[in-house]
Parts: sequence; structure tokens; C-alpha cells
Amino acid sequence: MTYALQTEAVTKMYGQTGTSTLAVDAVSLAVSAGEFVALVGPSGSGKTTLLAMLAALLNPSEGRIRIDGQDLAAMNDKERTRFRGEKIGFTFQANNLLPYLTALENVELMLRLNGRLDTAGKARARGLLERLGLADRLNNLPSQLSGGQQQRVAIARALVHNPAVVLADEPTASLDTERAFQVVETFASLIHEQQRAGIMVTHDLRMVKYVDRVIHMVDGIIRNEVSDRQQIELLALTGSFEAAEQFALQSPGGLPGVLAQSLAAFALPGSH
Amino acid sequence: MAFYLAIKEFWRARGRFMLFSLVIALITVLVLFVAALGRGLSDANRQFIDKLDADVLVTQENADLVLTASRVSGQTLNEVRRIEGVQAAGLLAFSNASLLLPDGEDVDVSLVGIEPGQVGAPTLLEGSDLRNRYGNQLLLDENIARQAGVGVGDEVVLETIQGSETESFTLTVVGITDERQFFFAPSVYLPLYTWDKVKPQAEASARSSAPLGNIIAVQLAEGASADDVSARILARIDDVAVADKETVVSAQPGYTAQQGTVSAQRGFALVIGVLVVGGFFQIQTLQKVPQIGMLKAIGVRNRTVALSAFYQILIVTVVGVALGGLVTFLLALGIPPVVPLRFTFATIAAAVGSLMLIGPLGGMVSVRLAVRIEPLSAIAQGK
Repeated sequence: MTYALQTEAVTKMYGQTGTSTLAVDAVSLAVSAGEFVALVGPSGSGKTTLLAMLAALLNPSEGRIRIDGQDLAAMNDKERTRFRGEKIGFTFQANNLLPYLTALENVELMLRLNGRLDTAGKARARGLLERLGLADRLNNLPSQLSGGQQQRVAIARALVHNPAVVLADEPTASLDTERAFQVVETFASLIHEQQRAGIMVTHDLRMVKYVDRVIHMVDGIIRNEVSDRQQIELLALTGSFEAAEQFALQSPGGLPGVLAQSLAAFALPGSH
Repeated sequence: MAFYLAIKEFWRARGRFMLFSLVIALITVLVLFVAALGRGLSDANRQFIDKLDADVLVTQENADLVLTASRVSGQTLNEVRRIEGVQAAGLLAFSNASLLLPDGEDVDVSLVGIEPGQVGAPTLLEGSDLRNRYGNQLLLDENIARQAGVGVGDEVVLETIQGSETESFTLTVVGITDERQFFFAPSVYLPLYTWDKVKPQAEASARSSAPLGNIIAVQLAEGASADDVSARILARIDDVAVADKETVVSAQPGYTAQQGTVSAQRGFALVIGVLVVGGFFQIQTLQKVPQIGMLKAIGVRNRTVALSAFYQILIVTVVGVALGGLVTFLLALGIPPVVPLRFTFATIAAAVGSLMLIGPLGGMVSVRLAVRIEPLSAIAQGK
């Protein structure tokens, strides 16, 4: 089967040979259309570097990245820029929107960029914003919107041009817990609905509640991956891999044996 | 896309952008006024010589081409007339006087003595030429005629100092000439011998039988080369210098220094404009670094980012220059004619041309900065 996004032993090395640091060390992963993946891990784990490479913003030192079947390494800068505009949807931690465009204009920007701002496109932009609960905010400037509303406009912008991959960099970093959950939940349902491959980088494990798979990165490698629904729920509930593990050990009777076992295995490196 | 972004941002932040258009407008007013002043001063200095119907001018040799310092005689004039290649020549004499206006005020005028019918006679708008060498007649500059409310056939009074007394001379206006300022004063033309009588002098009634002039205005015969004729004049006549009109203008005391000062003022105003606009766009671009990084990350091309910045600079400049031009126009309407301001198409075009360079020149640094912003900064921020 073909994946929307696929990496083969992607590596990013900083510095000179000899004194170099491996930010990302031979990471291979694949995400299919309609799948929402969370990339988690502590600071310095390489998750942001990996995201930058997946976003065609940073060239890997080694390895290969394919998005929608196309090899990023085979493109020059200009082609990569064009590719980002066509095939990738972005939401960032901050500074997502142009302050001088309204919510609707910000979303339509992606269509304008791709020369697809036709009647259907306009309807789609409007529809997405309505779906995200911003029907009465279409003509507001970002400064007139709350942080959560701005983040939802960014989500609409990330999806409006039907990209193959949607990349979200800490989408909830500037939101309070309640709004953060709302934003991620809507994000997840749109990813599923519209059959996009979604990758969200987050340091907040509680936000993994709505994803299909959690990829845990430590020191530039994938420590483990969790795709079991119950395990994901437990991770989201406890907020950390360690707590989830302890919870499983302390109350073996309260949890299904399978879950306790898998959680115990979870903390071990290379367990997948 | 670039234009869309530029115009959207300009419009939504029009207060901020207008502030800078305003700065450009003020610089425009300054530059236009300085240019007009330069042109006005230049005209006031050189208009007389520019309009003189002569090809070359002959002065006394050691006068350094300074018109009022030079003395040439009627004899020299006759020698010049005999030189091959000289079509015609006329003696011109300069002095100063006060013209009494009907309301009791007086204006300083340049008293120009000419030989009726010879080279040096001005273009007439009205009336007739001076008829004889001794007549109590004069030709009046059109501006003075308008200001004084006199016309052809009216009598006017000239006052000059004769010895230690102010003496009045009543003369009849026979013609009105076009504007010909001689060193900031409008010209009044008199027959040479009348001029000799009226001009200020140390001793009353010290008339000479053959008045000296200051310069000889020479018209060349058709096909004669100015260089050849000049060479012949220098070879055959003692104690003279020959130069074309442009050289004579530049040789007048203060002319070059004055024009230099005016040019320097204009230059500095433009440099200040470039720096102010450059500073503004630089700061604005620095503030927009995360925003521009985001735009590049989502797939906006560098070219679009640069073009958008350039369009904004252009809009700000055009609006500023237009506004400044309008303000200058309105101000110029209210400036009294005494101020030597002269707006000509050429000076305005040159000033506007240089002003339009202010924005693009100043903004170049910020466009370069915008182009160099890494799209990666959209993700890397705050980490």
C-alpha cells in the first residue's frame, strides 16, 4: 500500500564530522491518509527537527522522505516551496495568520497561492470555517479573535487546499486546557473526515487522546509507538509514559492484563 | 498574489503607512521648493544674459568676466564690428536706480543702457523701440509695469544719487519688455546717452562725451564659428576677453556658490529621505520576520515576498510624492512674487524623478532582509 507520507532512515546531523550531533537518527515511519499521528517526546528529542524535514523545510543529512509518492530530495528549493504550498497544510505554534487579512482571507490565501480561488474553493473555505464554529467570524481580523479561534482558522487554512499531509507544530501551546482539547478534537475529526495524513508535534501528552497513533521520540530515535486505543487513552489520562507505567503496575486488577503488560513493556527501549 | 498582499496590508495598516507617506510628502515639499528656489535664483541671476540676443560677449580683459567690473569703450566696439565673422555688436551698460511707483513706494531696478537698434535691445511685448540715443525714453519690464500700473505713453520717475543729492528724472515709457532680471532686479532700458545722464555718479553733471559701457554683445555672422571669431577678437584687440554666455553666467560672483548650495540642500534632503524610508521599512520587516517565515513555510515564493515589499514601498512613495506635490502647489499659490521661486516642468520632473528613487533605494535593504528570512523560522520559533 502507498502511504501519504513515508520516511526511510531519515537522519539529521548538525555540526562537523567528528563533533557532530545526531538530532534525528535513522527514523523510518509511514502515515496513511486518514491517520492522525502524534509526535511526542521531551525537548531535544528531535521531534521538531523531524517535523521540519517532513515539512520540506530542512534537508535530511541522510535518508529519504516521500510525500504523496514524491521524493523531497529530488526537488530544488523552488520546487519544494511550490510543493509545500500544494501538498502540505501547516499550523504553527504562533504567528499562524497574517494580521492584515480576515479569517476568511487567511484561509483563502492557500487557494490564491495555488491559483485555485474559484467559486468551489471559496465555498470550501467558508464551509471549513463554519464547520470549525467560526461562521460569524469570517470577516474578523486575527486581532479580533481569541487564541483558540485563531488556531481553528489555521486548521481551516491547513486543510482548505486538500493537501496530502497536514503538519501541526504544537497547535495547543498557547491555549488553555479546555480550548486545547476542543481544537485537537476538531482537528482529529477533520483529518479523519477528509482523509488527510495528519502529524501533530506536541509536548502535552494529554492531547494524544484524539490521535490514532503516538510516536514517542527520545534522543533522535523512535523509542516506541502506541496505537492501541486503550493505551493511548491511558497515556492521555496520566499525561506521561512513566505515570502510565506506574499506574498499570500499582493497580493490575483494575486494568486488563494485556494493557498492564504492554504498558510495562512500553517503558523499555526498543520494545516495538 | 504579491500585489494582493501588498495592497491588503497597506490598506489595513494605512495609518502607519500614511505616516511614512507623510514623511515623504514633507521631503517632497522641501525638495520641490529647493529646486524651485534654485531655478528662481538661477533665473534672477542669469535671465538677462540668457535672453540677450548675442552669441558671445566681450569684456575688459582683467575683469574676470564680471559684468559690472568690466569697462569697454565705443572705440573697442567699433573695432569688434570690423572683425570678420561679426554680424553686429552693441554696447551694454549697467547701473542701478530706484523707480518711483505711483503709490510713493520705490523699487530697485537695473538700469541698462543700450544703443537703440543694436544688439542688446530686448524683445518688446508692447510699444516701440527706443528711437534715439539721447531721448528721455525707456523700456519697462512687464512685471514692473504691471506692479506700477503704467503703460506705453505714461511717464515714470527714476531716482539716482548724483554727487550727494538724490535727483529725479522723468522719462516716457515707450515700450514694455518681457521679463529680464539683471541680478535680482527688473531691467529698465535707456538709450546709452540717457543712461549716462541718469546713472548714479560721484559728481553731479559729470557727463562724458562718449560713455563707456560694461560689455559688448556680439552676434555672429551666419556660419561663423564662435571659437574662430573669439580668437580673431583676442588677436586684434587689446585688453579684451571673450566668452560665451554660459561661461559669463558662471563667472558672476556668487552664482556658482549659490547654485552649489542649493544643489547640496536638495541632495541632503534626498539622502535624508532615503535613510528615513530605509529605516522605516527595515524596522517593519524586522517586526514581520515570524510572519514572513510563516508565509514562506506555507509555500509563498521568495519572489512574491520581495515583490510585495517592493510594491508597498512604491505605493508609499507614490502617495507621498503626490501628496507633497499637491501641498507644494497649494503653498506656491500663496507665496509672494518677491520670493525667487520658479516652478518649471524640467525642474519639477527632475525633482520628482529623484524623489521616486527615495523609496526603492531606502527599501532595498529591507527587501533583501525579507528575502533572506528562512522559512524554517516558522517552526523553530520559541524553541
